[in-house]
Amino acid sequence: MFKENLKIGLEIHCQLTNLNTKLFCNCLSNYRNSLPNDNTCPICLGLPGTLPLLNKRAVDFASMVCIALNCKIPEKISFYRKNYFYPDLPKNFQITQYNSYEISSIGYEGHFSIDDDSGAFTQMANSKPSKSQIRISRIQLEEDPGKIVYEDEKTSANTYSLIDYNRAGVALIEIVTEPDFSSSHDVRIFLNDLINIFEYLGVCDPSLEGSIRCDVNVSLRGGKKVEIKNISSFKDVEKSINYEVTRQRTMIMHDMEVQAETRHWDEKRKITISSRSKEEEEEYRYFPEPDIPVILLGGQSFVSSIRSQMHELPNERLQRYKEQMGLSTHTANILANSKKISDYFEESLKHYNSPIEISNWIVNELLSKINEMEKSDASKGVVIDLAAKMSPAMIANMAKLVSEKGLNRNMAREIFAKSFQSGEDPYYIVKSMNVEKISDSEEILSLITETLEIQPTLIDQSKTNPNVVNFILGLIMKKTRGRTNPQLAIKLIQDVLSSKKN
Amino acid sequence: MTNLLELPAHVVIGKIKGNDLKAVEYVSVLIQRIKDIDYKINSFISTNFENAIKQAKIVDKKIQSGESVGMLAGIPIGIKDNISVKGLRNTCASQMLRDYESPYNATVVTNIEFQDGIVMGKTNMDEFGMGNTSEYSSFGPVKNPWNSEYVAGGSSGGSAAAVSSLQVPLALGSDTGGSIRCPSSFCSVVGLKPSYGRVSRSGLISYSNSLEQIGPVARNITDLALLFNTIEGTDAFDNTTACSHKKSVINSLDQITSKGYQIGIFSNLTENSDIQVQSKLMEMIKVFERHQFVLENIDLRLKEFAVAAYYIIATAEASSNLSRFDNVRYGYPSNPEGFEWNRYYEKSRSLFGDEVKRRILLGSFVLSAGYFGKYYAKAQAFRNMLRTEFERLFKKYDVLILPTMPILPIKLGEKISNPVQLYNFDLFTILANLTGLPAITLPAGFSDTGLPIGIQIMANSFEEQKLFDLAVLFEDESKFTERTPTI
Repeated sequence: MFKENLKIGLEIHCQLTNLNTKLFCNCLSNYRNSLPNDNTCPICLGLPGTLPLLNKRAVDFASMVCIALNCKIPEKISFYRKNYFYPDLPKNFQITQYNSYEISSIGYEGHFSIDDDSGAFTQMANSKPSKSQIRISRIQLEEDPGKIVYEDEKTSANTYSLIDYNRAGVALIEIVTEPDFSSSHDVRIFLNDLINIFEYLGVCDPSLEGSIRCDVNVSLRGGKKVEIKNISSFKDVEKSINYEVTRQRTMIMHDMEVQAETRHWDEKRKITISSRSKEEEEEYRYFPEPDIPVILLGGQSFVSSIRSQMHELPNERLQRYKEQMGLSTHTANILANSKKISDYFEESLKHYNSPIEISNWIVNELLSKINEMEKSDASKGVVIDLAAKMSPAMIANMAKLVSEKGLNRNMAREIFAKSFQSGEDPYYIVKSMNVEKISDSEEILSLITETLEIQPTLIDQSKTNPNVVNFILGLIMKKTRGRTNPQLAIKLIQDVLSSKKN
Repeated sequence: MTNLLELPAHVVIGKIKGNDLKAVEYVSVLIQRIKDIDYKINSFISTNFENAIKQAKIVDKKIQSGESVGMLAGIPIGIKDNISVKGLRNTCASQMLRDYESPYNATVVTNIEFQDGIVMGKTNMDEFGMGNTSEYSSFGPVKNPWNSEYVAGGSSGGSAAAVSSLQVPLALGSDTGGSIRCPSSFCSVVGLKPSYGRVSRSGLISYSNSLEQIGPVARNITDLALLFNTIEGTDAFDNTTACSHKKSVINSLDQITSKGYQIGIFSNLTENSDIQVQSKLMEMIKVFERHQFVLENIDLRLKEFAVAAYYIIATAEASSNLSRFDNVRYGYPSNPEGFEWNRYYEKSRSLFGDEVKRRILLGSFVLSAGYFGKYYAKAQAFRNMLRTEFERLFKKYDVLILPTMPILPIKLGEKISNPVQLYNFDLFTILANLTGLPAITLPAGFSDTGLPIGIQIMANSFEEQKLFDLAVLFEDESKFTERTPTI
């Protein structure tokens, strides 16, 4: 196959949904439950005379993302105005950051390794694990515009548009990467990792509609760069890249030149469409925002103070699971790739500190049960709460029963299934099922005697055939439905037989 | 009754507090004054008479019942029509906002009301503060109370003229490049542009955010201090108000004399002024010399770049600030039916006046791709150099003296067709805006034709107290603040 030299870069917008208030006013960050234009004030409506009041917590949140993506954080940051006319933009300029004249953004020159082996969907049999480094050009803090709402789904069928400013002024971070992705698959892994980081840091809830948006630029064989905008779901990011690669490849095959342009993703038809309105060069007339003084962050001490407030990151957890707890890469990945799952795991460890046993129960039993449920569940996208299905204490008890009470695996699975279904603690199920191991020597001895009385020939056979011990154990196990403690039983059988030899 | 009109505000406050005078009586007299004469001056765009009477009654009630009252008890104040007063129109003298009512109070207005001051009305101005004659108002020009054929100066022409013509004892203006000081000088009143960051801009409709401040206009320095102390201070609604400072005081003459201020006189600026302005400046110097202050002639370096740098920054910021006036969320009634939105913007924004359009175009140009470095960045670099130059001067001098305007008030319509010449008249006032320094203009006498002349004093950042001290001395000897125009 000839070299296509596919280059993909991303611009990701992420709302800092976990902030209480908007970036420059005291309106709620959570606009999603409000009636149109209810979650607004003179500041976010851009009424004459209002001034932006910077939410300092937003700076902290953005710094956390910068640290997670190994960005440099400058000594001071500032804001710029990006001027353009659009009805969803209350002031007809957006307060953002801009690095052309100086470093003004909260983060710059970062990098992030994506590991084929560490993505959420890693159990692909034939993909070779490989690492690639993605450079992050910058991370900037800015305000979200409002929303244009059309009553008719078909845009052109509307004779008017409605504007809802509830979202206007919500804090966004924009993450811009260098064109370092060479496949849509890598993009998917990166985006999954990123979502995971957002969740770990608790800055953004990716499950909220519209909280994370992504623009993509694609170039092929050193050709011109094509930007794809309006991609509203992460699933479509991969599709849009694949569509765009095919489109450009076909053009090149027919000796047509790929134009540098902005294309829009048509969600319904799953194709990209040239957007005519943006053909002319954009003129944003950037200049420093005079109403927000330059913010001196405080250098290294600021970074360390933010670092100390940060939750452990996914790759740090992964490392700890593998190196300190001795979990397999596979198991560690599954846990660390979801904050919810690994938090559940951590909580279970507090009840019974046996990482390997507990992680096995979570990964092999609990998650597969939940996967089965999700498949049969018509309401897709509902995130199942692990702890609601089975509390961390219960899964810890499960592990404890196996490693301390010698419960055998098959029996344990049966108990787990019961517990999962009924919500009863495995500990009590074991008690009520009378399935506890028989570890009483007297009881085992009487079982042995009973067996040998029924089949006295076994005594003689044992003198020449050492397998007879296991055969007797088998008979006892059958009789007790596997409840007998095997180690103890073997020792007692051997004792009885050797006493009979003489 | 004339006597009551001429009384300084601080004297009136004393009478009201002492139950010698009812606030409602005082306010009524001033309302009558406005009704009687303002048609000749045109200093108010809208009035708040009904509410002012209500407020005055509340003040009287407080005094009757022995409650404490604020330091502006019962004093009516004119508010420039670019400062938001809840429920009142806030037009910026523009057709774009002719029907816009502010839903909130500017911080300075909240402060005034907290001190029991009374909003009397909204004063006329150049549209969006762009101009130095108050002729660029879509509500008609303000006329100079000393001679109605002449301009009142701008852009806060309505505030200065209203105070000068005894319609209100105090007013607020805003000063982006001299907009308080120029009209105060032309109308023979005291006007202060505070240090940048000293007074909250929250609620001031921005023209050029990095240059402008709200400031007081009064007929004497004691009244000015009252209003200044009311409005100054840090504000959670304005991130550019930095730190708090001591309130200003009116010191005794002896106290002031004992401070032995070092005074620099910008002789290279003075030389370029009208000869009558120069002679008034010399008279002021003589007053200070009599108090044994050290006076020295100095040259301001870099003056030739100031006007260009000022107009680049001011228009750049203005072009962005004014882009929100698209008539989508507020403005004047204009039916959008049948318009694609870009066409609607064109239609609605065509109501800006010519001077505003000129500055939006200039500002958009200097910010456009490829020109930022050539214009805006250079202007900012110059600004830093100018700051350094003033820092150098303030190592040696406490205050600096220069004319407020290089010219005498001009006739209405005289220069309206020559914008560049009008821009050049701003040289002496824009220095304080480019550097963020405080500057005051004091009435310094009259020309041989009876037109007012003002002289400006500048101090280092947040050292307004020095300006008050010198103003007290000069006022005491010159008595110009006691003169009033005949309307």
